[in-house]
Amino acid sequence: MAGHATKEIDAATLWGGKISPFSTSYGKLMMWFFLVSDALTFGGLLVAYGFTRHDAQDAWPIGEETFNSLPFLGHGYPLMYVALMTFILIVSSVTMVLAVEAGHRMDKRGVVKWMIATIIGGFFFVGSQAWEWYHFIHGSEFGKVELADGSQAIVKGHFGEIENFEVIEAGHHHKKGEKITEDLMHEFQHAAAGGHINGGVITLHDGTKAMINKKADEHMELIVKKDGKKYSVGDRIEGKDAEKMYYDAIYGGTANKVIYGANLEQNEYGPQQYGQFFFFITGFHGFHVFSGVIINIIIMIGVVMGIYHKRGHYEMVEKTGLYWHFVDLVWVFVFTFFYLV
Amino acid sequence: MERDDIIEYSLDAHHDEEHGKKIRATIWKVTAILTAITVLEVMLGVYIKQGSGAWPFVKWSFIILTLLKAAYIVLVFMHLGDERKSLKYVILVPYILFMVYLIFICLMEALKIGNTWMTYGG
Repeated sequence: MAGHATKEIDAATLWGGKISPFSTSYGKLMMWFFLVSDALTFGGLLVAYGFTRHDAQDAWPIGEETFNSLPFLGHGYPLMYVALMTFILIVSSVTMVLAVEAGHRMDKRGVVKWMIATIIGGFFFVGSQAWEWYHFIHGSEFGKVELADGSQAIVKGHFGEIENFEVIEAGHHHKKGEKITEDLMHEFQHAAAGGHINGGVITLHDGTKAMINKKADEHMELIVKKDGKKYSVGDRIEGKDAEKMYYDAIYGGTANKVIYGANLEQNEYGPQQYGQFFFFITGFHGFHVFSGVIINIIIMIGVVMGIYHKRGHYEMVEKTGLYWHFVDLVWVFVFTFFYLV
Repeated sequence: MERDDIIEYSLDAHHDEEHGKKIRATIWKVTAILTAITVLEVMLGVYIKQGSGAWPFVKWSFIILTLLKAAYIVLVFMHLGDERKSLKYVILVPYILFMVYLIFICLMEALKIGNTWMTYGG
């Protein structure tokens, strides 16, 4: 081999053949190879998403229109939540690299401190993603509506609260004149999607017919996402016109005029494949984050027990750190291609 | 004969407090850069609407900023920048070459398929 020895190397670092290719340990190099293969998987998924998006005929959902909610605060905060999630993951990546740095100084307490911070950040991210999914699946209060001309539009604005259902025709569980105040939104959306609202009258599961007492909506705006006979993609309809067209559609007594939220067959945001890619790619990434947290916990237990200190180096922390940074790296791309572009 | 040619390698698994200070300064600097890029991206996304005249520029800014973020994470946080050149290129070059090729071929194909549907209906 060429060159002179610059640094001493301990026997433990040398591979079986008494040599260290690329001057790294066996474990670290294999971790890099694994990460390249995992990066190919994510790259393939994102390219497939790009493929579908580029050959789609209908309008693809726009990030700041689709993701604009915050916990406890409701709608009207475009991209704030994912920005927060991104920041949480970046910070947990920073605490991880600080744990690796502490390991290089054989500072056991430092490693434990920063790894705990990383694990907490990881749990926060997984929790945020659960909230994000919950919100994505349940959707907005308005849903996506099919208008009279066959075009489809998403709806922005403030949904007027439903106060109660006033029973006008008794069913199995409710008497005439009774005011139902429970589970209103759920019943309303179910009936609207199933075509069980005719005029202002809702028919519930048990055959009860009731008047819907609802506050007025505010600032309603329809944004057309699929061409119809009259409207085409990108058209915006506001004010009284919007309200009339929206309620004509969902109060018409016809099923499937409105879609709420998302499942694997349809979603209110855009083409069917959009929902499927969202669930698969963010789900696969979330699974990586979750396994990363578990691996971090296992390694942290090792640190607390002093296994790596006795070994003389904290390379295990470095290897789990590589995996953790990789998870952050993937999120950077998911964030751009799902939420921004 | 005892080999004396194999000890040029090092794990770089240790450094002293003084060196650590320098490394930590770099880490905080990169943290600030990554945060600033994310804030910039979100601002662009919130204030510039898709379909507006500035959109193509914004879209490419997103992609470039994302690659910049990725470079900082891989080279600094994952310490690939501190590894040997040979390792750096073994990891990066095949991957980047393959991905550029895959992105090019798939997006071209998708646009053609989209146009075909648009032209001949479906």
